[in-house]
Amino acid sequence: MKTLIVAEHDNQTLKPATLNAVAAAQQLGGDVDVLVVGSGCEGAANAAAAVTGVGSVLCADNAAYGHQLAENVSLAVADAASSYDCVMAAATANGKNVMPRVAALLDVAQISDITAVIDADTFERPIYAGNVIATVKSSDSKKVITVRTTAFDAVPAEGGSASVQAVDGAHDAGVSSFIGEEVAVSDRPELTSASVVISGGRGMQNGDNFSLLEGIADKLNAAIGASRAAVDAGFVPNDYQVGQTGKIVAPDLYIAVGISGAIQHLAGMKDSKVIVAINKDEDAPIFQVADYGLVADLFSALPELETAL
Amino acid sequence: MKVLVAVKRVVDYNVKVRAKADGSDVELNNVKMAINPFCEIAVEEAVRLKEAGTASEVVVASIGDKSCQEQIRTALALGADRGIHVEVEGRPEPLEVAKLLKGVVAAESPDLVILGKQSIDGDNNQTGQMLAALTGIGQGTFASDVNIGDGAVQVTREVDGGLQTVELKLPAVVTTDLRLNEPRYASLPNIMKAKKKPLETLSPADLGVEIQSHVALVGVQPPAERSAGIKVESVEQLVDKLKNEAKVI
Repeated sequence: MKTLIVAEHDNQTLKPATLNAVAAAQQLGGDVDVLVVGSGCEGAANAAAAVTGVGSVLCADNAAYGHQLAENVSLAVADAASSYDCVMAAATANGKNVMPRVAALLDVAQISDITAVIDADTFERPIYAGNVIATVKSSDSKKVITVRTTAFDAVPAEGGSASVQAVDGAHDAGVSSFIGEEVAVSDRPELTSASVVISGGRGMQNGDNFSLLEGIADKLNAAIGASRAAVDAGFVPNDYQVGQTGKIVAPDLYIAVGISGAIQHLAGMKDSKVIVAINKDEDAPIFQVADYGLVADLFSALPELETAL
Repeated sequence: MKVLVAVKRVVDYNVKVRAKADGSDVELNNVKMAINPFCEIAVEEAVRLKEAGTASEVVVASIGDKSCQEQIRTALALGADRGIHVEVEGRPEPLEVAKLLKGVVAAESPDLVILGKQSIDGDNNQTGQMLAALTGIGQGTFASDVNIGDGAVQVTREVDGGLQTVELKLPAVVTTDLRLNEPRYASLPNIMKAKKKPLETLSPADLGVEIQSHVALVGVQPPAERSAGIKVESVEQLVDKLKNEAKVI
């Protein structure tokens, strides 16, 4: 069994999601290698080589891969996949964009968002917004899999000493180009890897009121998230969204503020270790999953909480 | 330009789906079905392109058993011009759906194909990317903005860190995210008109595709249930519980 992990990275550094994917691959057994596809990505490749349990790192470094355009990256991954039994990536926005394209190029199915490895062919994955867990068995000889990062504990980022091999051959499909990006710069931890997350919902009433969450987030070193309702209403940008179609989080502590608890939101956070809900509606469904519920007006409770911490 | 939209019939998003008692599959008897919400956004985007004079024709395709003609009619009521139903029994996997859509693309030669980013039943998020790969064209997934230019389309995508804009040569595939648009409701006159719009039925053989299965469903189970905890009386008590009971702060 040989598994190739497609690294999640920003060319200089390796994103923590890669460490969860390596953990999932280790459960399959056999060798685990990492493929870094990027431009000027030596830093990320060296970081991948240091990850515990990684056999070797393949580095496909070319300008065509600079912005992770799926049309180009998928060709590099499909190429490298030829000597592996399984190709895996974290189910991040990037993994979701690239991996189905890889699967189609290899003429195999993709198993999306696995939450457990039963054996080399059998996996668990949530369907219907996590209301049901399906066990699925693949009959493809080569597997393409994306991994729900919250379901697998990250392997240590240090301790390994894999070799880094350059992969020859550049692929530019010539059908897409990068125009620009708007990336929020924040000193806070990343939403998907933070140990504490505080999220606001429609109850926050407007974007300015999210500042009430910031003081608490600062004290707890927490990431700030939001429900779909808050994002749709324009209170905060899309990358804050936690839920079925947004980000999946499972921090040690999740604080839901002014969030009613639609099943689509619960799908994104119900695997958190401890859930706190603050809502003035005592019948809000969020209380059914909360370990600690506080029925209160958030506009008085939040300043109080910030002071109490 | 011609726009092809693919739509899927799924369980209505308000339904809380459960596993059957024997764990063999999900319980779908007497459950309300609807057009997948992301597909509805795809239809709306195509219709808006037509209303803006950018698109000349909107063709809607769906793959499934006879009942998915209902969702094609819904799309026609929302403003699509004609429908293509590829009749397939059971639940074809995303790769097979992508192959069938590739056949539809070959027959229709659309300039743009719009799909939902994922269906809310399987939550796979694969079909659009697979279709783009099989046809060798560009993909603008998780779109929050679509601008058609000369022979190209600029797509703003919702990514983990924020937004990314890419330019794709036409033809291209776009998959919709939630904030691309807000779909309209079909008016009664348009629902009546939709009944008279052309709807063609094809078989996989017509498109040169032999349906295969790569993944078998072994069984389903409910997720680990979380039970409700306690209600605290005050912020002070909450902080105390988090510090001394849960020990998370």
